[in-house]
Amino acid sequence: MMLTRLANPTRFMRLADRLLPWLAAATVLAFAAGLVWGLGFAPPDYQQGDTVRIMFVHVPAAWLAMFGYSFMAVASFVALVWKHPLADVAAKAAAPLGAGFCLIALITGSLWGEPMWGTWWVWDARLTSMLVLFFLYVGYIALWSAIDEPERAARAAAILALVGAVNVPIVKFSVDWWSTLHQPASVIRMDGPTIDASILWPLAINALAFQLYFVTVLLWRMKAELIGRRIRALTLGIAAREA
Amino acid sequence: MNAFLAVLRRDLRLAFAQGGSVGLVVGFFVIAATLFPLASGPERAELARVAPAVIWIGALLATLLSLDRMFQADLEDGSLDLLLAGGAPSSLVVLAKCLAHWLSTGLPLVIVSPLLSLLLGLDGAGTIMLGKTLLLGTPTLSLIGAVGAGLTVGVRRAGILIAVLVLPLYVPVLIFGAGAVDLAMLGLDTGPSLALLGAVLLVSLPVGTLGAAAALRLAAL
Repeated sequence: MMLTRLANPTRFMRLADRLLPWLAAATVLAFAAGLVWGLGFAPPDYQQGDTVRIMFVHVPAAWLAMFGYSFMAVASFVALVWKHPLADVAAKAAAPLGAGFCLIALITGSLWGEPMWGTWWVWDARLTSMLVLFFLYVGYIALWSAIDEPERAARAAAILALVGAVNVPIVKFSVDWWSTLHQPASVIRMDGPTIDASILWPLAINALAFQLYFVTVLLWRMKAELIGRRIRALTLGIAAREA
Repeated sequence: MNAFLAVLRRDLRLAFAQGGSVGLVVGFFVIAATLFPLASGPERAELARVAPAVIWIGALLATLLSLDRMFQADLEDGSLDLLLAGGAPSSLVVLAKCLAHWLSTGLPLVIVSPLLSLLLGLDGAGTIMLGKTLLLGTPTLSLIGAVGAGLTVGVRRAGILIAVLVLPLYVPVLIFGAGAVDLAMLGLDTGPSLALLGAVLLVSLPVGTLGAAAALRLAAL
């Protein structure tokens, strides 16, 4: 099976080295196409004008933030159940990426909210659950950095990611409930008319670009982590021999 | 079952003995809630409006304060290894420790909460509903907190790390708990909120015990 073959870090590194140039090139191309089309040529919204273009960055970032957490949870599950040696490396590498996308979604959302809703921040359900997701990412990263031994840190972080994954739907649901409880639907939503093809296409290309970026940097970070662990093992070996 | 009762009895005796944390936790809870009017001003109508939020946040922080000792003390004196090697399922041990934690922090908070709602000017319906939501919600805080405590056992600066790990997961309890009190004060139906609070408790029962048990087995390796 593909996954078992990749369990050998050296084989994985060789494959990653072969894939990375193509992935990086595809990422640059997709970004160039998507951003130029979205920011330059897509028609402005009849109500929001040119500000709607923030969407081409905001929406893919929000998708990737959620994708990143699901990816982390699945990788953690694989790491705990099958002890796949690359799964925890993948989960660790995905966390800062997901947190970064989360932050981009929050910041662009805030920049979008100012002209549209007249305020930088509203306690809307989506914004709030995105903020909580960001905190979950921060906790996960903090736990990794708090435990020194990689073995133990990996298992602990995997448990946390799975407990978090069980809770994410509950948090999402509770925040939706809270928002309907506290404020009626006063916020303009973009789901009025169905999205036109002239906007959907650049949005899809941007989403693809973000996804490619995620995969490229993920492989990169996994490589760096594997090399880092190898260096750690070698240093410990040398120290043990000298002692 | 014997192991469950033995762990429960031991932990309760430790918590309520001299030098235990029960009095401190309740003291913190009362002081934190009392500081609030000093910062916001003493208008009673205003205070009553935010009282559920203040008391619930106070309960959250008071629970957090006691979490870092939940397994840490056992790790330091070696009893954690004995508990895990003792043959009883580790999730059962965790469940006993969670119950002991709740009886020594959550329940005292529930008991003093009427005093705080009196201080903050909550009406009768609000006070009763506050007690109910705390009764249903604080066990969840102990259970989810156990996962954070288990994951950080033996880690430097565990207290602050637990807060970062656990507070985002407390969001549902806070929303349904404080929300139900708000609804009760407006005279609205609180059934759904209480049912959801119960549902969150039921979900966190397996998640908390199994998660914390897995974390502890990891730490005791």
